[in-house]
Amino acid sequence: MGSACWDREIEALDRPSLRKLQLKRLKETVKYALKTPFYKARLGKAGIRSPEDIKSLDDLQKIPFTTKDDLRENYPYGLLAVDRDDVVRMHSSSGTTGIPTVIYHTKKDLDYWTELVARSIYATGARKSDVFQNMMTYGMFTGGLGLHYGAERVGMTVIPIGGGNTKRQLQLMKDFGTTVVHITPSYMLHIHSKLAEEGITLKDLRLKKAFLGAEPYSEATRKKIEELYGIDAYNSYGMSEMNGPGVAFECDYKKDMHVWEDSYIPEIIDPKTCEVLKEEREGEVVLTNITRRATPLLRYRTRDLACLYKQGCACGRTHRRMSRIMGRSDDMLIINGVNVFPSQIEAVIMKVPEVGNNYQVYLEKDGSLDKLIVKVEIYSKLFTGDISALEKLKHRLKEELKASIIIKPQVELHEPGSLPVFEGKAKRVVDNRGKL
Amino acid sequence: MTKQLNIFVENKPGKLDAIAKVLSDAGVQIIAFTIQNRGDFGLVRLLVGDPEKAAVALNEKGFACAQKDIVAVSVKDKKGNLHRLTSLLLEKNVNMVDTYGFVTSSGGTGICCIEADDLPGVKKILEKGGFKVLGEAELYNL
Repeated sequence: MGSACWDREIEALDRPSLRKLQLKRLKETVKYALKTPFYKARLGKAGIRSPEDIKSLDDLQKIPFTTKDDLRENYPYGLLAVDRDDVVRMHSSSGTTGIPTVIYHTKKDLDYWTELVARSIYATGARKSDVFQNMMTYGMFTGGLGLHYGAERVGMTVIPIGGGNTKRQLQLMKDFGTTVVHITPSYMLHIHSKLAEEGITLKDLRLKKAFLGAEPYSEATRKKIEELYGIDAYNSYGMSEMNGPGVAFECDYKKDMHVWEDSYIPEIIDPKTCEVLKEEREGEVVLTNITRRATPLLRYRTRDLACLYKQGCACGRTHRRMSRIMGRSDDMLIINGVNVFPSQIEAVIMKVPEVGNNYQVYLEKDGSLDKLIVKVEIYSKLFTGDISALEKLKHRLKEELKASIIIKPQVELHEPGSLPVFEGKAKRVVDNRGKL
Repeated sequence: MTKQLNIFVENKPGKLDAIAKVLSDAGVQIIAFTIQNRGDFGLVRLLVGDPEKAAVALNEKGFACAQKDIVAVSVKDKKGNLHRLTSLLLEKNVNMVDTYGFVTSSGGTGICCIEADDLPGVKKILEKGGFKVLGEAELYNL
């Protein structure tokens, strides 16, 4: 039993030594965190004024949680812990209310992240002889660049096509004998539905593996993809606040994802009481990044729901495994791999006077892809009676929503007072995509 | 200026029925109507006996309803008459935006209702060309 490791020394490090390494790195991270105005105040209040106030890993629990709101409120430089000259890259995500979040990286930070991704790729059995087609969006979204550099480090031939354009994806897969893809599960299913249309059969392809991430999906979906293509599919977990992909990844045993504990300290909490839960219990994932200097994040509340397993893995790695993501503890929606908060949609609608304040968001399946439908009401007092003005209004809403949430929705105009009115908490989001 | 009502409706059954009921209850006569379809929504455009009263009644029932200025011109119901009218407007390069016509039962007269950018200009062109543009009293009492 056991499988080949990219870095056996770290990946199979015994638990006591791993915990020792975590403590050392946590203290180092606290040292950097204390250089930021945000953490200096936040940690000071909790009685932590120097890294020496952290004496054991148990002291982690003295540290207050960090949230996405903290990142927003300290935009753009409040959480920067190094000299600006030492920052070599930043990744930013659009905010829920217009204020974005930003994560900075030093050269060393990127190097460690790349190591984690290379290690993840290698754990699936992919090697330098593989041809890797990266179908995740490049740019600010960390899924594209994150896997890209990891794959290069492994030595794979990388095809950096990014997302979309199914016809071209298939052409490249066929012409260059792509063996590994990085893709969202919904897009993987979509591509399969287009094979016949493009005149391509599975025999034309040399596909062996798929890394599936950026959106939650079920074990049944993984099995379906594996059967449809006759390949192995591996689950991937990460988020921009924690660098991006490479936080946790499945090894070739495909039994849940190893969290790379030399770089992240995972905790599972009860999202309501914030009590730290034992292994095997489902709750919100809280992560501390202990290898990033430019933007240290301590006990970051991811809002993802999952559980950690205590039992080791037959692969021989000692890093604990985490279940697939089972949901969210906030109202964030994941639409074709893109994170969207209903508040972003609301903010756009409220800026357009020609529509009323009542609205609804519908999520439907369109084949294997997600479809977003935003329903708004015409505001009587500003109705001019022009059909061209209505079409322009619809177009404008579509474009402004796309600029805010990246996804281009279908916009429906409705009569005043025709959408349901809620007493108390409004149920504006109707998700008809079915269970995971 | 003579007016018609433009009402925003979702494209689903029962919309025209609901509008007709509001006007029937309000005692407003419908002289003509057309429907403009744009996929999931559309406009119902109504020529009525009392636009102000109809608009108030429809607004009260929650409809988004606007009063639009139009030029209503009477055209003798005779071969070639519409062409005479359109060529007059074309000569002056007038773009008729939303336009419809109907024939009254009484006098063998056609009525053409025109929406365009410069309505006073359109009115002038048509009157100069010998057409009769209807005033409010004439139109609403057809």
